[in-house]
Amino acid sequence: MVSALTIDDVRNAIEAGQTTAAALAREFYRRIRQEDSEIGAFLTLCEERALAQAGRIDQMAAEGKPLPPLAGVPVAIKDVMVTSGVRTTAGSKILENFIPPYDCTAVARLEAAGAVILGKLNCDEFAMGSSNENSAYHAVHNPRDKSRVPGGSSGGSAAAVAAELAVATLGSDTGGSIRQPASFCGVVGLKPTYGRVSRYGLIAFASSLDHVGPFAKTVKEVALVLRTIAGRDPMDATSAEVPVPDYVAELEKPLKGSGEALKIGVAKEYFGSGLDPEVRAAVEAAIQKLAELGCEVVPVSLPHTEYAIPTYYIVATAEASSNLARYDGVRYGFRAKASNLSEMYRLSRDGGFGMEVKRRIMLGTYALSAGYYDAYYLKAQKVRTLLTRDFDEAFKKVDVIATPTCPTPAFRLGEKVNDPLAMYLADIYTVTANLAGIPGISVPCGENHEKLPIGLQLFARHFDEATLLRVAHAYEQARKAA
Amino acid sequence: MKVTDQDVAYVADLANLELTEEERAHMLRDLNSILEYVERLSELETDKVAPMAQVSDRYGVDESRQGSDRFAYAIREDVKDGLRESLAHDAAVKNAPDTDGTFFEVPKVIER
Repeated sequence: MVSALTIDDVRNAIEAGQTTAAALAREFYRRIRQEDSEIGAFLTLCEERALAQAGRIDQMAAEGKPLPPLAGVPVAIKDVMVTSGVRTTAGSKILENFIPPYDCTAVARLEAAGAVILGKLNCDEFAMGSSNENSAYHAVHNPRDKSRVPGGSSGGSAAAVAAELAVATLGSDTGGSIRQPASFCGVVGLKPTYGRVSRYGLIAFASSLDHVGPFAKTVKEVALVLRTIAGRDPMDATSAEVPVPDYVAELEKPLKGSGEALKIGVAKEYFGSGLDPEVRAAVEAAIQKLAELGCEVVPVSLPHTEYAIPTYYIVATAEASSNLARYDGVRYGFRAKASNLSEMYRLSRDGGFGMEVKRRIMLGTYALSAGYYDAYYLKAQKVRTLLTRDFDEAFKKVDVIATPTCPTPAFRLGEKVNDPLAMYLADIYTVTANLAGIPGISVPCGENHEKLPIGLQLFARHFDEATLLRVAHAYEQARKAA
Repeated sequence: MKVTDQDVAYVADLANLELTEEERAHMLRDLNSILEYVERLSELETDKVAPMAQVSDRYGVDESRQGSDRFAYAIREDVKDGLRESLAHDAAVKNAPDTDGTFFEVPKVIER
């Protein structure tokens, strides 16, 4: 009954009286109880809150009132976004019993639009990881092949959509944490422009790189969720005062109108050594398909790309070391027994944080420490400028840039856990968009010989999600038709 | 090896982490391996490049204005409960590991 259900299907079925939001929510909880033991996508279920919201929607439907755009849609939220009265762990033991007193703006906007929040989704601890194996609770298994990782850090968000345990989900993306798991699980994931979606209530990892964004099975649904959560929020001073277009209406504009053809940039730096040949072939075929749809394919150069990972791991860890200083066992979170205050800080952090979080706090603290600040942090910020200028130049020539989302399909659970650097390189094609703040989307573009999904990544200019989604939608429709 | 045992101990102290012997050994290995990879940034000439602290330094701002006026849209009156009601006292201490209902309690700070 719930298989292949889209946001529009849900709303239409409730409007037509074919089902109720409450029945649908119960059906999804039944599926979660039956199937999530083998996937591990959920950390917390919030049935009471979900059924109360479903009841409000059903009441509106019964009274014949117009239903909001996400009426009755079962959604789930990465556990780095706070939910009032519902446990929020960030995948960490240090927040195992944390019950936030307020809602994240993106979550509140989804609920205001009628969505039913089923629960909170597993992720790497504090969103630090590329495989979801850094969750302090349990691993997530890729629904497409349970011996493989779902990607990370929003592994639960991607897996829940792929396994149809939620119709749409929210994730966060600091270096690729929405797009990489979307690619690994064969779903659509969007990282909007920095400032497009409020970060209020998103547990901070690296504030200048953190983004909130949607996952769904189709581009149209992602557009609908983005339209709901986007826009200025006075609670986040970095959320931008830029009007939110109707992304869903924009999808239907033809790629090739009466004017010039849309230009798709292809950068050789994203097709170098380390790229799996089957991924390359699938992405090149996708670009060919865009050309057939009337786009003009233009070579572009992003010459500083090879410096993106080292830049990212200095900037992100420096910001993380500062952001995570708040977990000291005083106001909330885990507190270790200790005889004095400074011992309490250290033992609480030692006991509450996992190894990858400690590693990043150490790296970031080192990069910011006296004598190393100029060599590492300041240097990385300057290279960030160069990386951003690469995109500025490229977007003078093209409207969209097409790349692989990841160098390989999903790797096996345990394959990279003992090699942090190898794990970091899984983000090699995604971190650049976080450093520059441009929007990026991952759309399924094929499978390898083992039936593992492959993702096409598209980038666009700042605040031009409309074009990004339009191209992604046109490609998706053409692929389905083929 | 750029990072030494002493560096690991010093940085752990700055970060308020204790770390076990085993964790310190892992940290020494991992930090050196990551920093060796980061070393390639020195290949780039950046003397005349301005550092970029955040994206909103460049986008979503009024470029015709100078300094903090560029972010005028984000400026608001600094008044109590200006954006939302402050948390009630009991809600604010509800997650505290140790509280007397008014204050957060912690172990003794000053040794006599």
